[in-house]
Amino acid sequence: MAQKLTHLRESPSQTAGPYVHIGCTPNFAELNGVYPQDLGNVMKTGVVQGREITVTGTVFDGTGTPLRDAMIEIWQADAAGVYPGQAGCDPNFTGWGRSAGDMETGEFRFETVKPGQVGFRDGRMQAPHVTFWIVARGINIGLHTRMYFEDEAKANAIDPILSRIEHQVRVPTLLAKAQSDGHYRFDIHLQGPQETIFFDS
Amino acid sequence: MTGYVARDRRWQPDALTPAYKSSLKRSPQAALISFPTTISEETGPVFGHDILGPLDADLIHNFAADGASAIGPRIIVHGRVLDEFGRPVPNALVEVWQANAGGRYRHRKESYLAPLDPNFGGCGRFLTGEDGSYEFRTIQPGPYPWPNGPNDWRPAHIHFSVFGAAFAQRLITQMYFEGDPMIPLCPIVGVLNAKEAVEALVASLDMTRTVPMDARAYKFDIVLRGRRQTAFENRPEGM
Ligand SMILES: [Fe+3]
Repeated sequence: MAQKLTHLRESPSQTAGPYVHIGCTPNFAELNGVYPQDLGNVMKTGVVQGREITVTGTVFDGTGTPLRDAMIEIWQADAAGVYPGQAGCDPNFTGWGRSAGDMETGEFRFETVKPGQVGFRDGRMQAPHVTFWIVARGINIGLHTRMYFEDEAKANAIDPILSRIEHQVRVPTLLAKAQSDGHYRFDIHLQGPQETIFFDS
Repeated sequence: MTGYVARDRRWQPDALTPAYKSSLKRSPQAALISFPTTISEETGPVFGHDILGPLDADLIHNFAADGASAIGPRIIVHGRVLDEFGRPVPNALVEVWQANAGGRYRHRKESYLAPLDPNFGGCGRFLTGEDGSYEFRTIQPGPYPWPNGPNDWRPAHIHFSVFGAAFAQRLITQMYFEGDPMIPLCPIVGVLNAKEAVEALVASLDMTRTVPMDARAYKFDIVLRGRRQTAFENRPEGM
């Protein structure tokens, strides 16, 4: 026997269930009058620096069916690569978005800016990316992934995380595709041949 | 090396848990790609009290007509949000949602025959104090049946969504009630591998915080991932 460690253990995760929108986006869930507006539906609170972009996508299950009961959150740096809350950040940009997806199609949509590069632990730079977090019925613990940009090939090629992925054939699952000027598409596949890379970080 | 302590994936539920049928087609099959937290995971949105309304932490009244209140056993739920090192997590945004006393959610996709309570909405939110403490008022939710096996029922529970200091700490979980015989029967509770993990989600009846002639109290502490702090930095940080 040895001394007991007194650290606490992280609370176990449980699924967000089918009614996550009651708690997190109640106005979307037609539960009006409790909060004036749903948190996370506006990322730009004024004139923002940098290039404004729209990101849309759909979360698919292993049969290819869109999830219509998910909640998707994103977190990203501003156009200069500064996270909101840090010195010098864009005061009109929250960095955080939350989407319930479209009621009929499940498609999520974020009106945001293209993030700048941020540093890695060893001083190298990471390619521009947006952190995604997905919860829904049937997902026991929130899924963490990242959206990179297909049109940042040079930065992606030396990104410290993308370049360490063993199965490079899967890297395209993390790349948002430019649809038109300022519109990027990022579909997420929970299972199947196109399964998105998910992270443990 | 600073950064957040890695998640214990044997303690946390697996993605694929066949007894909970919805997980079958919604569970990634490939291994998660691991990397130490970077600034992208070590930062997160900050919420201020300006987002909160006066009744946000009072589910008994925040949807009720003037002078009315929700039906059901009145309870106070309180506790602290801590990290794995026992440090309080101040200013954490906690959002809660639940069924009414009859086990019915106010949602267009909900089909359980139990009635809606016109004075109960089912959502609330609050920020933790400097010592990580929180408290909200609600009614005890009822158990409800759900389509999984032929006769599965959820134990009474309250859903919790928690924002700590960093995206690495992001967590959604559920709180159960001490003494509920439905807990061990539930396939969603059953995704937890350890008996201790189930116990960590069961709130204790706390008579010391009960308000006599008004509401009973339950205590529910929440633990988020810890941030390592060490005096022995031998490598420069990226930022
Ligand atoms: Fe529930």
